[in-house]
Amino acid sequence: MYTKDGEKYFIVDSHMHYWDATPANWVPGAERYAKGWIECFHAYQSLGPKETHWSIEKFEGYTEDDLMQDVFEDGHVDIAIFQPTYLKEWYTTGFNTTERNAALGEKHPGLFIANTRFDPRDGDVGLEELRRNVERYGSKGLKLYTAEWNNGSRGYKLSDPACYRFLEAARGLGIKNVHVHKGPTIWPLDKDAFDVSDVDHAATDFPELNFIVEHVGLPRIEDFCFMATQEPNVYAGLSVVIGGLMHARPKFFAKVMGELLFWVGEDKMTFGSDYGIWEPKWQVEGFVDWQMPDDAELSDYAKLTTATKKKILGLNAAKLYDIKVPAECQLPDSDGTPGARDDAALVTEA
Amino acid sequence: MSSRTDATVSPAPAPAPAPADVAGAGKDGLADAVWVALGTVRDPELDEPITTLGFVASCTVSAPGRAQVRLRLPTYFCAPNFAFLMVADAYDAVTAVAGVRAAEVILDDHFASDAINAGVAARAGFVASFDGEAAAELDELRATFLRKAVLAGTDLVCRPLAAAGRRPAELAAMTLGDVPASPGLARLRRRRADLGLPADDAAALLIDPATGAPVAPDDVPLHLRRAALTRTGIEANTSICSGMLRARYPQGADPRRFS
Repeated sequence: MYTKDGEKYFIVDSHMHYWDATPANWVPGAERYAKGWIECFHAYQSLGPKETHWSIEKFEGYTEDDLMQDVFEDGHVDIAIFQPTYLKEWYTTGFNTTERNAALGEKHPGLFIANTRFDPRDGDVGLEELRRNVERYGSKGLKLYTAEWNNGSRGYKLSDPACYRFLEAARGLGIKNVHVHKGPTIWPLDKDAFDVSDVDHAATDFPELNFIVEHVGLPRIEDFCFMATQEPNVYAGLSVVIGGLMHARPKFFAKVMGELLFWVGEDKMTFGSDYGIWEPKWQVEGFVDWQMPDDAELSDYAKLTTATKKKILGLNAAKLYDIKVPAECQLPDSDGTPGARDDAALVTEA
Repeated sequence: MSSRTDATVSPAPAPAPAPADVAGAGKDGLADAVWVALGTVRDPELDEPITTLGFVASCTVSAPGRAQVRLRLPTYFCAPNFAFLMVADAYDAVTAVAGVRAAEVILDDHFASDAINAGVAARAGFVASFDGEAAAELDELRATFLRKAVLAGTDLVCRPLAAAGRRPAELAAMTLGDVPASPGLARLRRRRADLGLPADDAAALLIDPATGAPVAPDDVPLHLRRAALTRTGIEANTSICSGMLRARYPQGADPRRFS
């Protein structure tokens, strides 16, 4: 919980990681990809405040103690949601697996939610693994990385029939939330890999599932926003938006937040630190202090209320994951129901 | 937040170097001409020249007219299709410079460098360069991003008009010839022309970039809102890319390194 000016904010970090990218975990023969991936993540960290930058050595393999300190002791987070990314073609034991996350989570009851994942190209074996993970770790959410390389394939779409088979299975297993992360590759390579229209199809066909598009579809914010206005079960995951723009590019942060609040709305935006890319402390504190600047160029955009910030920082994700929020952090009823799908008005005019 | 400015991370992308910074200029200024040619190559997503984005790591011309250009991108995993387009476009632009007898364009530090460099050198096209991984050449991808550029450019051009009090119905009735000349307008015309959309003085200012049809007065507010969103998206991407490039090549902010 974070308290500022007498207001209490319940913080759900809905997108964070516990990875192992140390050289010992690089797949022989694929070292350049493993190295390229973690160096790319490390460069993202440079977009945060200088005093929060880590050495590449720490970044490759931060410890459990680092994580507990940065996220919970210093970072104000009440509940953190692990989002796995496997990348087993490059990292021998995986970059950030359900098992690795859950093993840490089990040592600290009540602080973590362990999401799992699937890869539709894994076939029946993958379905069985999904079933096992959901049963063992109680996962209610999935993280899907569509650009993952798998046995010669450079990615998949949510709208692929093979993926629908997995989404159907996931729904049957009680999964509620699907976090989607787009990446640079997908078959065929001539198509725009960041295109979000496959999420649009899946969201329409699986209305019982919520689709949280991480980093708000960056670099396709415009396509994401337009799609999100059409689909009541599509949410904006703010990972990268706060971490990558709020400090480094405040003007663009303001414009992106203004657009998201207009098109997607404050009830469907969720905070995620993307730890260990960025520590949550400066993001939470900075966002609570942040306001849409008084600037002619930004005059189209709404100001943020305290209720808006409380929803984005935790109440919306708490709703998606049925997390119990202490009464002192809840909003009075008059401020609306966070995360309520039927609040999502379709935008038909400006 | 007000004390934090865009300068917090670092200065703007490396400026285009003065001609003298391009090595091998020689008496005929051939390297200058090659640099100018590279300035016509754009990142299709960001709609900016690769020279101002800092994507040209070096540009040299040796005495017999052999040009060598090295390109670099913000991350190891930048999308391979856009990377291919930039390398291929750079090759075409450099090859077209009078006096260039041979051109080599090399993309450094990218997961698909080998496939892209070999494919462009062999003029093999994208499908052949990524055998079995691509179904078509990149024309449709390029058109998709030109349409985004048209929308973003519409925001740039219309924002001052709206600020000056032009109502939606008035904007819907305006032609390109009604708009005061500006670099933004010239750019919007070029992007429209690239797509085969009307770009002359008599053409409607507001059109659907997919069909070229004029925007009806009632649809203007949403059209402009969408144009603003598209511009914000492109500009946010550009700002992140420039920050990532600088983190990756911190020394590259100094144009004197161009050699």
